[in-house]
Amino acid sequence: MLNTGDILETIQMIEREHLDIRTITMGISLFDCAADTMEGLTTRIYDKITRTAEHLVRTGEDIEKEYGIPIINKRISVTPIALVAASCRADDYTPVARALDRAASEVGVNYIGGFTALVHKGFTKADRILLDSIPSALSQTERVCSSVNVATTKTGINMDAIAQLGKIIKQCAYLTRDDNSVACSKLVVFANAVEDNPFMAGAFLGAGEPESVINVGVSGPGVVRAALAGLGDCDLTTVAETVKRTAFKITRVGQLVATEASKRLGVPFGIVDLSLAPTPAVGDSVAHILEEMGLEHCGGAGTTAALALLNDAVKKGGVMASSHVGGLSGAFIPVSEDAGMIDAARDGYLTLEKLEAMTAVCSVGLDMIAIPGDTSADVISAIIADEISIGVVNTKTTAVRIIPAFGKKVGDEVNYGGLFGSAPVMPVNTSSPARFIARGGRIPAPIQSLKN
Amino acid sequence: MKAIITVVGRDTVGIIAKTSAVLASRGVNILDITQSVLGDVFAMVMFVDIAGCTIPFTDLVDEMDALGQEIGVKIHTMHEDIFNSMHRI
Repeated sequence: MLNTGDILETIQMIEREHLDIRTITMGISLFDCAADTMEGLTTRIYDKITRTAEHLVRTGEDIEKEYGIPIINKRISVTPIALVAASCRADDYTPVARALDRAASEVGVNYIGGFTALVHKGFTKADRILLDSIPSALSQTERVCSSVNVATTKTGINMDAIAQLGKIIKQCAYLTRDDNSVACSKLVVFANAVEDNPFMAGAFLGAGEPESVINVGVSGPGVVRAALAGLGDCDLTTVAETVKRTAFKITRVGQLVATEASKRLGVPFGIVDLSLAPTPAVGDSVAHILEEMGLEHCGGAGTTAALALLNDAVKKGGVMASSHVGGLSGAFIPVSEDAGMIDAARDGYLTLEKLEAMTAVCSVGLDMIAIPGDTSADVISAIIADEISIGVVNTKTTAVRIIPAFGKKVGDEVNYGGLFGSAPVMPVNTSSPARFIARGGRIPAPIQSLKN
Repeated sequence: MKAIITVVGRDTVGIIAKTSAVLASRGVNILDITQSVLGDVFAMVMFVDIAGCTIPFTDLVDEMDALGQEIGVKIHTMHEDIFNSMHRI
C-alpha cells in the first residue's frame, strides 16, 4: 500500500508545482509518400499523417484524465521534408508546408516539425529548394516548424548554409513583421541535431527511426525548485542529490505516460526526453532554480556552474527512471519562455554572451532570444557560427532560435503569449563579421571526431 | 484496475458519506481509507477497486470532481500507477 505522504506529494507536484508532461510527440515516417508531382506528394503526406495520428490527441486526453497528469502538447514530427520531396519535380516546397499545416489542424496538434534539411556536409538540390522555401513556408502556415542541421562533430560546419540562414532568418522576420516576426520562433538551426527530439520547434523524425514512434518530453522546473526551497542552507552535494531524486520521480511519470500512449496507439515507444522545460508561468522557471541555489540573479557570475550542476543531476536522476532516454535531455534556457530569464534579461543581468556560455553546459542553445530588427544578416550568421562551434567541439547538440524582431530595438518587448511567452529585445555586439561569413566553405571536423 | 481518490478541503459533515455514496452507486469498491482532520482541514485517501465500475473511468473522474465542487473540497481520482511509478522502483 502506498503511503499517504507519497500520494499527497504527487498531487502537490501537479497542483502547485506545475508538474506536467510537456509533450507526447508522434514521429511519422514520410518516406513512402515520395512522388514525382507536388500534388501526389502533398496528397500522400496529408493522408498518411491524418490516418496515422487520427487518435493521438484523444488518446493523450484520456491518459491525462485517467492518471490526473496534465499533458500540455500533442505534436507530430515527420521525416525531413528535403528527403521526402527530393524526387518531386518542383522548385518550391511551400505547398508541402501547407499540406503539413492542414494535416496538423485536422488531427488537432498544435505543432508539426520536420520542414527540415540536413546539410552538415553540403546541399542536395532538394536541400537548396527547402532552404529557399523556409521564409514563405513559415509565414504562410501556423503550425509548421522548420529546422536545419548545419554541422556535426563528425563532419564539421557548413558555413555556406550558415551564411544563407542569416538571410533566411531576416526574411522570416520581415514576412511576419505584423506578427512580432513570429516565423523566426518556428525555425531552429542545429549542430548535432538528434533524430528523436520530441520538443518543438526542432523536432523531426530521423532517417534511422521506425515507421512511427512515440516520444515523450517531461517537464518540471517548478518541482525541482520547490524541492530545493525545502532544503535550506545545505551544501551543493545535497543540492545535486535532491535534484537527482526529483528528476527520477518526474521521469518515471514520463515513462509511464510514454508506455501507456504507445500501448493504446499501437505505436512503438521511442524515448523519454529528460529536459527540464520551463514555461512563462510563475513557478515554472529554470532561472528560478538557479536563483534558489543561491544566485541573486540568473545571468550573474556563478550561473554557468549552477546550470552545469543542474543539468548533470537531472540526467543522472532521470536516466535510471526510463528504459530509453533520448532527445535533447538537459535543461532548456529559452529566454522568452522562462519567467526568471525574462526578468533577468529585462534587468540587464542576463546577456547574449552569458547565454552562449551557459549553452556549453546544458541543452540546447540560444533559444527564443529577441534581438534588434536592424541586426545584419552577417551578425546573425556569426552568432549562429559561434553557437554551432560550441556544439561541434563539445560533441553535443546546440541550436539557435533567434528573432531579429522587425522594427524593434533594445528595450522593446516581443510578446507572443501562451507557451512562447515574451522576450525583451537584447543588445547585440554589432562589430562586423562580414568578411569571415562571406568566405563560406566548410570548417573542418575537429580532431575529437576521429575516434575510430 | 485500482485507483486512488484523495479528498482535501475544509471539514464539513458528511464528506465521507457523500463520497462513498457516489462510489457505491457506480459499483466502485472501497478497499482502504486513511483519513484525518488537522485543524479544520479534512484529508482523506481512498484506495478503490474500479473493476466493477459501471461507467467509463474518465466519467467517474468528472463525477468525483463535480462532487468535490458541490461540497467545497478538492477531489482527485487517479489511476494508482502514477503513484506506483513515482514512488516505487
